[in-house]
Amino acid sequence: MRQRIPLFICLTMGILMTAQFFIPHPLSIGFNSVINKWVVILSAFALVLGIGNLINHHINIIKRKKLERFYSLVTIISMGAMAFIGIFFGIDPGSLYQKLFLNILTPLGATMFALLAYYMASAAYRAFRARSIEATILLLSAFVVMLGFIPIGQYLHPHLPQFAEWIMRVPNLASQRGILFGVAFGSIATALKIILGIERSWLGGGG
Amino acid sequence: MIRIDSVIWLFIFLSPRPEFFVAKDRPNDAGGCIILSWEFLSDSGLDGYLIFRKTLPDTTFKKIGFAGNLTSYEDNTTRDGAKYVYKVVAIRGEKVYFSETSSVVSSSPQIFHFGRINILIAIVVFTALLLYFLKKAKERDKIFIRKIAGLDAVEEAIGRATEMGRPILYVPGLGDIDYPATIASMNILGEVAKRVANYDTPLIAVNCYPVVFTVAREVVQQAFLSQGKIERFKEDYVRYLTESQFGYAGAINGIILRERPATNFFIGPFFAESLLIAETGNQTGAFQIAGTDQVLQLPFFVTSCDYTLLGEEVYAASAYLSRAPLLVGSLKAQDWGKILVLVILIVITVASFFKFNLLAILKVE
Repeated sequence: MRQRIPLFICLTMGILMTAQFFIPHPLSIGFNSVINKWVVILSAFALVLGIGNLINHHINIIKRKKLERFYSLVTIISMGAMAFIGIFFGIDPGSLYQKLFLNILTPLGATMFALLAYYMASAAYRAFRARSIEATILLLSAFVVMLGFIPIGQYLHPHLPQFAEWIMRVPNLASQRGILFGVAFGSIATALKIILGIERSWLGGGG
Repeated sequence: MIRIDSVIWLFIFLSPRPEFFVAKDRPNDAGGCIILSWEFLSDSGLDGYLIFRKTLPDTTFKKIGFAGNLTSYEDNTTRDGAKYVYKVVAIRGEKVYFSETSSVVSSSPQIFHFGRINILIAIVVFTALLLYFLKKAKERDKIFIRKIAGLDAVEEAIGRATEMGRPILYVPGLGDIDYPATIASMNILGEVAKRVANYDTPLIAVNCYPVVFTVAREVVQQAFLSQGKIERFKEDYVRYLTESQFGYAGAINGIILRERPATNFFIGPFFAESLLIAETGNQTGAFQIAGTDQVLQLPFFVTSCDYTLLGEEVYAASAYLSRAPLLVGSLKAQDWGKILVLVILIVITVASFFKFNLLAILKVE
């Protein structure tokens, strides 16, 4: 019964939502809208569980691990403070909540993103070491593409930019599309397997 | 003999009166809309077209909109079932030019979207293929499935963490539960969790969205239960972090650096954070298996991880790991689906050499 009910709900909703895609009638659109509202409500319940898990995890760390206590304290205090400010002082533009969000959280996110450049340099160094034929081809094509897309490329050879463009538009795009076809069929097969109850790993019950 | 400049003058003074005026219900919609279209012989000096509508049995036309210099207009203010007639009026300076009155038209909602019939056919064909190969899989003992190195390494990766006495990190990516790759990742998490339950290795499954978190917790818990090792399951094995993309990446990096997992799984939809976490894992010397359907992130994983599942391999992983005949049979259907698409593309390409444009059959509204 523990597996049958979710499987039945999955089959019913899978068929209904697939049919909804092909029916433009207002009844169908209304049904879709109701389901989307349910999803939002379910997400809200799940958020409560998620926050509960987060608090529980960090309180356990504060209790047990001396060295990592500080990070957990920062997490709990920041979360509590933002929730308190948001609930009691509002989240409208110009509010304290927005100021904290825009002046602390956004720059922190941007900092993480900026670090990507350094990570990219170290990954590129490893990727471009010509240890095999494939790595050498990768190195050469990357070199040509990079030269083709910078102004000096045109001075080195007038056809270099077109060649770089060709590498991106033909072999690169062809392989990307090949992967995308596989992804598309994989997605459909996974959806069908779940709707038909063939795939049950998500229920912990194996195939 | 007609002189060229006299033809030009004739053209300029041609009436901008809307011709071939047609009003019809917009196809494949939820109702409430009528589309109007017309043509003109000359638009020189034209100020635009005014749209007039009469609701029957009224006797007067009312202005409902202005189409500018366009030759089509969508009236989104109709009541389904009501009968309307339309007129378009071209304005040039002080002068107006009336179109003919349209035929009586009314809007109505449709019950089938014919612009998506190609998708329906594709789904029906693919479902038929899937069911056929599932039937085949039931009859046959063994179906050949090519080796996927990344998935063969899962056992080794978990064994390594067990020997080192360090945890396994599982990151299902940055997609919500409505994302196919996230669902595929949950299926793989279930298989990984079964092995973790048997080896009694600590697991850290971190999540970005609350719904994914609840599903992941259920998947891991059920996997432990299915192996008869539920007493080994700890609430702390599945954690909720944050919905913020770089907050999530920062938290994962923190876990990698502080808890030093021996094996990292990055399987699911990943975006700009992919390299940040994979490189951090690489720097700690962890054994890393990644997989994503995001083509642009694949090179980052290839450079930073020991094994990378490319696109469709993520979706094949559950079948590969469980070796359940029904799931393996579905992989055959995927392969035949790809062959079918390839044949269609070749036919369309060859047809285009002979000036037959068959691309319209792939168009989706």
